[in-house]
Parts: sequence; structure tokens; C-alpha cells
Amino acid sequence: MNSNTAARAARSPVPPDASAYVRMRGVSKIYHSPRGDIEALRDIDLDIAEGEFVSVLGPSGCGKSTLLRCLAGLEDITAGTLDVVGVQVDRPPAEMGIVFQRDVLLDWRTVLDNVLLTLEFRRLAKDDYIDRAHELLDMFGLGAYEHRYPWELSGGMRQRASICRALLDDPALLFMDEPFGALDAMTRDQLNVELQRIWTTTRKTILFITHSIAEAIFLSDRVAVMAREPGRIEEIVEIDLPRPRRLAVREEATFIAYSAHIRGIFESLGMFQE
Amino acid sequence: MSVESKRETSLWQRTERVRMVTCVLVAFAAIWELSVRIFDVPQYLFPSLESVIADIVKNPAWYAMHAGYTLAATLIGFVLAVGGGLLIAIGIVYSRILEYTLYTSLVATNAIPKVAIAPLFIIWIGTGLESKIAIALLIAIFPIVIDTVLGLRSVDPAALDLARALRGTQFQILRKIRFPNALPSIFAGMKVGISLALIGTIVGEFVGSNKGLGFVIIQAQGQFEIARQFASIALLAVLGTILFYLVELGERLCVPWHVSQRGGTH
Repeated sequence: MNSNTAARAARSPVPPDASAYVRMRGVSKIYHSPRGDIEALRDIDLDIAEGEFVSVLGPSGCGKSTLLRCLAGLEDITAGTLDVVGVQVDRPPAEMGIVFQRDVLLDWRTVLDNVLLTLEFRRLAKDDYIDRAHELLDMFGLGAYEHRYPWELSGGMRQRASICRALLDDPALLFMDEPFGALDAMTRDQLNVELQRIWTTTRKTILFITHSIAEAIFLSDRVAVMAREPGRIEEIVEIDLPRPRRLAVREEATFIAYSAHIRGIFESLGMFQE
Repeated sequence: MSVESKRETSLWQRTERVRMVTCVLVAFAAIWELSVRIFDVPQYLFPSLESVIADIVKNPAWYAMHAGYTLAATLIGFVLAVGGGLLIAIGIVYSRILEYTLYTSLVATNAIPKVAIAPLFIIWIGTGLESKIAIALLIAIFPIVIDTVLGLRSVDPAALDLARALRGTQFQILRKIRFPNALPSIFAGMKVGISLALIGTIVGEFVGSNKGLGFVIIQAQGQFEIARQFASIALLAVLGTILFYLVELGERLCVPWHVSQRGGTH
């Protein structure tokens, strides 16, 4: 990736930690620009246990996407350590599936071929995964659209296809960068329910980036609340709501209490001034 | 619009373009013939369509031979320009050094009017087919390189992130993302390139040749055979049009997914 990759590789790998599947210690990220340095992340400590669903919640510009991109090996960090399954991240981890805010479906490929793209890049045999591809597409209600092109699909369907693409080779880790941020509220609710179902049945380790308080509480075991300038984790809130959660949980007192608590954190940071 | 509705289109609908083009050509021919007759234009200035067609009908094999020669030089020059242009464009996109050297020299070469260097090509390569191919290649390659570079570069950064996240190699990224993404631009360059290749061939035939429609025009000019000149020009127009639409057909087959090809129902 760049010159310090070699330097990082030379450092001894951190010993595996059974409890922490993903581990961030003192992670900082500074962007250098002619108009001065921008501190995107300051001293981030965050552990994610195996099978845990953790959301990172914050306003735009707080560095939450940068955090995910660093963990995904798409950006270098300035300081600190970053391990995924005990291995220092210096390139995208092999056990990672990723979903971006935009679906990034390739226009020239059908929905099925877009999903199969993962195999082509990972050099896996199509025969071993074609059944799983059909299965995933059926599960997300795209079975009838396999041979359609992305531009024939709605935004929600496109994002479902991109989730299928990320899940195809059954990655242990799923990184989701505001995957539902560009969708309308109703589609977003629907996909929250579907994502929760996927998570409860497969128990993948999921890092989910969002700017929606309700979405973060609904989906997560823990919510890391971020503040900006510099990007930092202000508080990690544990969400103790029974699973599976139904959309109606959002009207319950406990949910509302979590929501009020998190909103309070943002208010104390000077946001939501009325 | 759906895939099914595409299949259901009738022969009548699918030949719409052909019918339109035919109408335009027939109208053009009618206006030509009628205006020459009505205004009684002298035959040595502007021949009637009838006399032009008569000249072709009288010597069909002869015209076919010259047209074939021009077509061969144009097509070979064009194919070489596409092949070379794609390689050069990939080199320019992937190498800073090639960008600075090749790209700059290409721009400089393109700034020279090709007519000005055509005589040199005749001296170097001779009066045969090769010199025509060389000029056609040289003139057609520029738009192909420029448009291919543009297409290879205008990739959605998110698609590159996706490829990196999947640990894609540079070659995989080129093959599966950059190249398909560049296809609409490549075809845009090819459409300009095919027309330029024909111009290049004619320029070469003007300067030094004993075959081809360009040669026929120069020779007919010397003999005041105006109908023959017009016949050659008409054949060139037909040739150029067919070549252009062949490239466009290729475009429709290769990039049916592109927004410009999705039809009017959107």
C-alpha cells in the first residue's frame, strides 16, 4: 500500500485474543493537506468480540467511515495498532465482506454476475458457490431478478444485491459503511429486519456504520458513539434488548431510554440545538 | 423496460433505423437529380445522378476493385489503430513515464496535419497499400487513445475500493472493472477513428497511388471526368456510412448496458 507497510509487517503480530475478534488500540489517523492537518481519528480503542454486532454512530464528518476504511485495510493509520483475528491489518483482511453506502454494482453485469464478482476476485470456483448465490438472492427476494441489470432495480433491491455479494463466500466479518443511508425510511426498516435475521442465523461479526440513532440501537449489541473534530469515541453504549427485536421495539420504554441517552451525548457535544 | 418487451419488438420496429436512413438517401438522390434537371446545370460542372450511376454501372468491377483497395487500407489501418490505441492508452493510464512521453508525443504528432507528412510516408514506405495503412493508422489512433484513456480513468472510486477490499490484482481490476467501464468511451473514439481512417487512406491515395478511390478522383480530375469524380465521392460516402454503422453495431452488441443504449422507454 505504501512505504510503511513493510515497516508494519516487520513488527511482531499481536498474539490472538480470544475475546477480541477485531481490536483497535490507540488508533489515530491524520490527513495531511496543504491547508493544515486534519485529525480524522484520535486515539480510538475499540474491541469487537466474535459474533458481536457493533455499530459506530456519529454525525457526518466524525470519522466513522474512516474508522471502517482503516479496519478494512483501505487506508493506512497514522498511529496505534489494528488487528483482525490477531493479524495486523496492512491490507484488506481475507475474512472480510464489505458493503458500502452506495451499492457499487457494475452496470455491465447482471445481478447474479455482480454477486459472483466476489468469486472472480478471490479466485474461487463458481461451481462451489452458484447454489449459494441463488440461495442468497432468494433469501433477499431477488430470485426473480437474477438476470436483470442493476439499472432495472430499485435502490433497495440494488443494496440487497450488494449485501448478497458481500455474503457470498461466507465471510466471518462483515463491514457495513452506512449501507442503508441512501435508502428511504421504509426500505431501511425492512432491510434492518433482514440484516438482523441474517445476523441471528449466522452470528457473523458485524461492524456497522450509521448516522441513525434508532438504526444503531435496533441492530446492535453495542453502539460506539463518535464525536468530531477530532474524530473520537465518546462513549460505548451497551444495548440490552432481547432478540430477535421487532420494529415495534422502537416504541418501547427501554428503547426510548437508550435513544434519549445517546441523544443526550450528542447534545452535550453541542449538537441538536433547538 | 424489460428484457421481454425487447424480444417482442417486431421486424418493422427493429428496422426503423434502416428505413429512416433509406428515406434520407432517396430524398437526397431525388433532390440531386431534380435540381440538375430543373436548373439545367452543365454536365461538366455538376453531373446528373443518372450519369454518375451510369458510369458505375458501366465499370462495376473496376469501381469494386478501387473501392476494395480503399476499404482494405482503411480497415487494416483502423484495426491496427484500435489495437495499438488500446495498448498505448493502458500504458498511459498505468505508467507515469509513458504518460509524460507517449502522450506528449502523440499530442505533438496529432498537431501536424497528416497531409503534410503523407509525401514522406510515400517516400519511406512506397506507393503500395502499406503507406495508406500507415497514414490511416496514424490519423485514427489519436481519438481512440484519448477516449480510451478517459474511459479507463473515469472509474467510480468506490468500485476500485470494492476491488481492493476483495484483494483484486491490478490485472483483475483492469479486466473486470476499468476496461468494461471504458467500453462506451472506446466506442466513441472508434466512431471518430473509423471516419478519420478513411480520410487518411484517401490522403495517401491522393499523394501517391495507382489504385483506390482517391487515385480515381485525382486521375478523373486530370481528365475532366466529372461524373467519375462524383461516382468515387458517392462510393466513399456509402463506404464511410457503412463503416460507421458497423462500429455502432459493435457498440450496441458490446455495451447494451450503457445508459446511451437503453432505448427510449426510460
